[in-house]
Amino acid sequence: MSVIQVQSPGLLTTVQDLGREGFGPLGISPSGAADPISLRLGNRLVANAEGAAGLEMTLLGGTFSFPDGLILALTGSDFGATLDGSVVDPWTSIEVRTGQTLRVGPARSGARCYLCVHGGIAVKPFLGSASTHILSGLGGFEGRALRKGDVLHIGSVSGTFRKRTIAPQARDRLAPRQTLRVTPGPQSNWFSESSLRSFYSGIYRVGEQSNRMGLRLEGAPVTQSSGGEMITEGVSLGAVQVTHAGLPIILFVEQQTTGGYPKIANVISADIHCVGQLRPRDEIRFEQVTLETARSLLVEQEELMASAELILE
Amino acid sequence: MTDGARFQSASDQSLVVYFGEKITLDSHQHVRQLLRLLELEPIPGVRNLHPAYCSLLLNFDVLKLSHDELETILRRYLGRLEDVCLPEPRRIEIPVSYGGEFGPDLDEVATICGITPAQVIGLHASVTYVAYFLGFVPGFAYLGELPDALATSRLATPRRSVPPGSVGIAGKQTGVYPFATPGGWRLIGRTPMAMFRPDRSGMSVVSIGDLVRFTPVSRAQFVALENS
Repeated sequence: MSVIQVQSPGLLTTVQDLGREGFGPLGISPSGAADPISLRLGNRLVANAEGAAGLEMTLLGGTFSFPDGLILALTGSDFGATLDGSVVDPWTSIEVRTGQTLRVGPARSGARCYLCVHGGIAVKPFLGSASTHILSGLGGFEGRALRKGDVLHIGSVSGTFRKRTIAPQARDRLAPRQTLRVTPGPQSNWFSESSLRSFYSGIYRVGEQSNRMGLRLEGAPVTQSSGGEMITEGVSLGAVQVTHAGLPIILFVEQQTTGGYPKIANVISADIHCVGQLRPRDEIRFEQVTLETARSLLVEQEELMASAELILE
Repeated sequence: MTDGARFQSASDQSLVVYFGEKITLDSHQHVRQLLRLLELEPIPGVRNLHPAYCSLLLNFDVLKLSHDELETILRRYLGRLEDVCLPEPRRIEIPVSYGGEFGPDLDEVATICGITPAQVIGLHASVTYVAYFLGFVPGFAYLGELPDALATSRLATPRRSVPPGSVGIAGKQTGVYPFATPGGWRLIGRTPMAMFRPDRSGMSVVSIGDLVRFTPVSRAQFVALENS
């Protein structure tokens, strides 16, 4: 079985797949890749199933060596990676020879870069998924971010190397947006017309304390008009909840499963991957769309993901 | 009883069913019955369920099912709730060492409530709590109701990290933090019990609907239990 040796882990590198759905009644959120589109594309490049486990790097990548050689691809944000000193093109599969070293640098834009290898990262699944839930220390590689000296096993491999690349037009269409499209939240009518107007016209800055659980936003506070008594209820991925201080928080992949703040809006499914590429100090806006539009945008995105023009060989 | 259920879309792929707008044992019963029915007879396309005090959020695949279609199916499920048998609640005892470094807010709670710390402990341990649901993080059970005399607001500034096993109170709720997480509840004690263990059947010590009591233990008993 071939392995990846972690020579330096980067800032926050974890094993992620597409998450574990179905354990909400136990308080377990799905976790999984923060930018699932990039993970799925990376897996396609290296001939894996879309949901195979890869490495998610955050803001600063790691250094990895491959004693046995393998096939890999980097997707997501460009972290300026090199293989034995030569520039590695992102969004393209490459063959790594025995003993080569991959150095993944700091993010040039965006927040997360994915390393997918043919065969996938093999870890013991927890509740059917390889994804790491950092807060509870569950899943992934020992339930934690990677450290120097860790050795990751690769799943079984088959077939020969074929160079694949994601079509530039497809990449453009899937590129992260800084205007997030949202549908109204379950408590959007708790906010006055003027609060809603300021929410949809305002610019929000991603706060330093943002992580996979949630993104804290800074900007003009959104005030609630009816000070209704909120009873803790289930929350969905991408929910934009508003704290008592009026600051929005976007609940993300490692979200709490229930919450007691009113939700003004919810990021649409087709834009969730954009949230995964936001970094502290990025400026974003919100644009309201209908449920029907949100659905058509998701249909469109999935049609693109399934189209023959997506991957060039 | 369930005629009054209200449906509300929460996102492009989720729908919430509300059983009233108050925390009551009746609405809790309905949440559990609907959850049970959905576990026994899953709706194709529904990916996740988030039960809470008087609501249940369903996350679903909008490419397979629309909000309206899901609501129609759920209305049929609601018509059958009264026939759903719930398992007998289990009785769970959670040992707690109160006060000191384990319960840094015990004295303040006593001051706010105008009673002694010993009375806070006595009151907290005097009640059998219902586990309304598990939420927030894996294995965190929302337990109610706390005696009125102990009802206090959350901390103005939540702690960045609460030690695992910490027993907190907020409003009329109490609960045990299974992991080191941020937390805004006032901490009055700590249990040596591992509240969530992935290697154990059921994983969480407390399940929805269980009846929970807290038993005061000494610091020495805490240490002994922790090592056992």
